[in-house]
Amino acid sequence: MLEIKDLRAGIDGKEILKGLSLKVGAGEVHAIMGPNGSGKSTLANVLAGRPSYEVLGGSVTFEGRDLLAMPIEERAREGVFLAMQYPVEIPGVNNIYFLKAALNAMRKHRGEEELDAVEFLQLAREKMKVVELNEQFMNRGVNEGFSGGEKKRNEIFQMAVLDPKLAILDETDSGLDIDALRIVANGVNALRSEHHAVLVITHYQRLLRYLVPDYVHVLANGRIMKSGGKELAEELEQKGYDWIDQEAAAAAR
Amino acid sequence: MKTASVPDVLQSLRQKAGERFSTLGWPTTRLEQWKYTNLAPVAKVQWRPAGGGGTVPAGITATMAGRAAAELIFVNGRLVESSGDAGVIVRNLASDPGGAVEEHLGRYADAEGQALVALNTSQFVDGALIEVPANKVVDGFIHLLFIGEGDGVWSHPRNLIVAGRNSEVTIAETYVGTGAYFTNALTEIAAADGAVVDHYRFGNESRDAFHVGALYVNQRRSSSVTSRIVTLGGALVRNEVVGVLAGEGASMVLDGLFVGKGTQHIDNQTTVDHASPHCDSQELYKGVLDEQSRGVFDGKVLVRPDAVKTVSRQENHNLILSESAIIDSKPALEIHNDDVKCNHGSTIGQIAEEPLFYLRSRGLGEDEARNLLVYAFAGEIVDRMKLQPVQEEIRRVLFEQMPARLPERREGRR
Repeated sequence: MLEIKDLRAGIDGKEILKGLSLKVGAGEVHAIMGPNGSGKSTLANVLAGRPSYEVLGGSVTFEGRDLLAMPIEERAREGVFLAMQYPVEIPGVNNIYFLKAALNAMRKHRGEEELDAVEFLQLAREKMKVVELNEQFMNRGVNEGFSGGEKKRNEIFQMAVLDPKLAILDETDSGLDIDALRIVANGVNALRSEHHAVLVITHYQRLLRYLVPDYVHVLANGRIMKSGGKELAEELEQKGYDWIDQEAAAAAR
Repeated sequence: MKTASVPDVLQSLRQKAGERFSTLGWPTTRLEQWKYTNLAPVAKVQWRPAGGGGTVPAGITATMAGRAAAELIFVNGRLVESSGDAGVIVRNLASDPGGAVEEHLGRYADAEGQALVALNTSQFVDGALIEVPANKVVDGFIHLLFIGEGDGVWSHPRNLIVAGRNSEVTIAETYVGTGAYFTNALTEIAAADGAVVDHYRFGNESRDAFHVGALYVNQRRSSSVTSRIVTLGGALVRNEVVGVLAGEGASMVLDGLFVGKGTQHIDNQTTVDHASPHCDSQELYKGVLDEQSRGVFDGKVLVRPDAVKTVSRQENHNLILSESAIIDSKPALEIHNDDVKCNHGSTIGQIAEEPLFYLRSRGLGEDEARNLLVYAFAGEIVDRMKLQPVQEEIRRVLFEQMPARLPERREGRR
């Protein structure tokens, strides 16, 4: 589904990803772990097309198409979703109105009929239950006055409604209490199927207890240093990132 | 000019004002208050009043007949239709020689210092007189529709709203039209002790028209007046609000929204005069300027020496959508005593990248995302309106006028 080859990218003229390669197949859940500054968020943002990031080399294909050549909205319409680390508040843009417009933009892109208000509300209510969000949140401005946990749950709610082929979770677990963590994991687990893929970017292992990955990759110094199964996440939990840093430093020499 | 049906009390007022306009002449940019707005294109036209016997032109959809408790429709400054019954006096000011006109007309507007006030006073044909007796609460709202029609025609609608003690009334003025006409409208509001007046003015003039709209408000003790002015149409528009908080404990809300595109020029001048203790004024004007349009916000809050315990907030926020659009924002506070709580602020910004990215990352096209953000910015003023029919109409026109633009750039390069 997703194939990243030798990706080099950065921000403000500084190279952060230094030749990252990764393959994610349909039905798979991959976790990308790594210390701060290793390039985790850069990877997520480059895949979603955030304007401030620069691609310096390499390629990313999504279902055989050049992802990096697509405008932001086309990536989304093709089925790439980024649950953001810091979802922005947009006062005045109604949550439900916005999400309906987004879903219908995607349906139109796929040649499907747009949903009317009643059909959409039915779908939204169903997905709201999954993330245990109160309906009153839906009539507020996008993320307006939401707590940190509510913002993250809103991201997962949007993901559930938009039903992307590839969901990228950028540190969605950070700052969440146990309940919110469980809710977020449930939301992602509900999306898992042979047609969906998930890329979980995280600093900690705790989300992975609820959301068990098929593959774990360790990112350090802009490259994947180590890949393995879910036991690699446990190893990281016990040993920390220092040994990875040392290996990365050794590799850089 | 028309004289027959005009009451005698107006004669000396008109004559003096006419002389005053001759002395003052058209305002020029040499005057501080007209620094940003050049009236030369208006002054050079040989304006003529419309002939009598006008009717409502076909295709005008702005009427609120049936929804408003009462409605007066003016075409080129002449009253042509009157409908409904609000249970209070709603009629042509020019044919009413009653006490309210004699007592209040011209008392609040500054015909001595302001040329266009003098021009309006000397030239007006018709206008609305709304008189609400003490303790009367008017259900629903009163709608005044002003239609401009044709090129080279001017009109000077003159309205007087007198709200008695503890009365309540909601009034909406709508300005629409076709052609290169000039509307020089003036409304005076006298709010007696405890009166509550909610006033809306929706400027949706022809894109070729000139519009000067003045609103002079005088508030007695514990009265409450809200002015909401939304400007979407017109080639050159000048809005002026002067509010005098003359009695203790009076409060005033000034909301404004102006959206310019093409070469539109929209100038907003507001003055709040805190002349008594314990008064409160809250002002929020928002501007959206696209293409080569130009906007002005020049707002002054004056707190006089006796006006202790004044609370005042004045804000002007502007969103600039193109590199050639211009906004001049000039908030000003003039405070003459120490016992006040006043603040003011002004911002000028563009569409922020973060929200735009967020909306697009969910699949919204760039145009749609931009429009949504512009609407979110402008919508704050519209959302605060309590008068639903007017709110809906403004929302409709605002949506229609949302800048549809081609994407300026595409990310996702290699």
